[in-house]
Amino acid sequence: MQTAAKKTSVATVWSWLENVPDPEIPVISVVDLGIVRDVVWVDDRLVISVTPTYSGCPATAVISLEIENELRRHDVEKVEIKTILSPAWTTDWITEAGRQKLKDYGIAPPVNGAASCAGALMRPAFSAVECPHCGSSETKCVSQFGSTPCKASYRCEECLEPFDYFKSF
Amino acid sequence: MDDNSVHELALRMGDNCLILGQGLSAWCGHAPALEEDIALANIALDLIGQTKHWLGLAADLSSEKKTADDLAFLRDVREFKNCLLVEQSNGDYGNTLMRQFLFDAWHYPVLEALVKSSDKRIADIAEKSIKEVTYHLERSTDLVIRLGDGSAESNKRMQGALNRLWRYTGELTEPDSIDDALADSGIAPDLGEIRKKHTQYLAAALREAMLTIPDGEQMQSGGKRGLHTEGFGYLLGEMQVLQRSNPGAKW
Repeated sequence: MQTAAKKTSVATVWSWLENVPDPEIPVISVVDLGIVRDVVWVDDRLVISVTPTYSGCPATAVISLEIENELRRHDVEKVEIKTILSPAWTTDWITEAGRQKLKDYGIAPPVNGAASCAGALMRPAFSAVECPHCGSSETKCVSQFGSTPCKASYRCEECLEPFDYFKSF
Repeated sequence: MDDNSVHELALRMGDNCLILGQGLSAWCGHAPALEEDIALANIALDLIGQTKHWLGLAADLSSEKKTADDLAFLRDVREFKNCLLVEQSNGDYGNTLMRQFLFDAWHYPVLEALVKSSDKRIADIAEKSIKEVTYHLERSTDLVIRLGDGSAESNKRMQGALNRLWRYTGELTEPDSIDDALADSGIAPDLGEIRKKHTQYLAAALREAMLTIPDGEQMQSGGKRGLHTEGFGYLLGEMQVLQRSNPGAKW
């Protein structure tokens, strides 16, 4: 089986990885999230480079395990998951498809370039975050720290629904 | 530059994150508002994640075969190199926030400089960490200003916290021979430069928060040499009890 797997093109491996969901937000895949940085064969070993979203994100270990399981399902015997820190993950790497899936799931996708800047003293004007329920831009940040490290808590002033915002990072 | 100084830098950075993260974790389920509870737990999580990177590097550089977990759970008081500020007890919520603010305002410019470190291992960890710490600093500054310039009671508590903690801020930018060697080789910044940024940031924010910096306070130091304050042994006792009483226990 190893010979067969070895013939598998890197493009096919990427398509397999599109089936590996984020454990916290299962509608979006690890590829959509932009955390798979590289797929390469080194001899008979398939090396997948993954970058963490947040340093302490508890999902990181689960993601590595799920990637490994998916590849084993396709009969790849030797898998190596390499963790890379630099360049650091940014929400700009979330794919267009991923953003749409987040929105459909009720999580406002990140507004590019609206990352926090050092200290409230130097806070930039924030681009409006759209409510994923009614589309209004009349929204308010309740807390920059939400239900997971990657999300902030928001409230819509129009439809009054609370929602998660996948914060720009 | 020998790896010993880099090892020491990784220990200092990692121990700061670990001890502050441990203190913050104790708020989980006890904070005064749900949003605050979540924020404190998230910040603790970021710091523990950063600890994994720093102590992982320190472990790789140590001559003995050690892991980041060994360093966290099996060292004793004198071997920890964190600053005294982060080991101060949580106290009330205002005290916890003030401690966080004084630390974040130092942590941010240090990481900003370490991103440009001549040592790629250090630069990579700093590049990852600073994105998280940017959010920490924004939050702690915002809350210190809101509570300092809030009610008479909140102002009193924040001023009390500042008076209690101020004496531990000098050490953050007080260089020793290791800091000097690291700065000379471009691995870490000149702490004099960090002191300027730290002082300026604190002064501006505290002014806005209607809080007064204590005058003529005698600064305390010792953390980098492993000389810690009285409560530190208890903190380690709680953090390490599982590994100490069940050596090698795994999740």
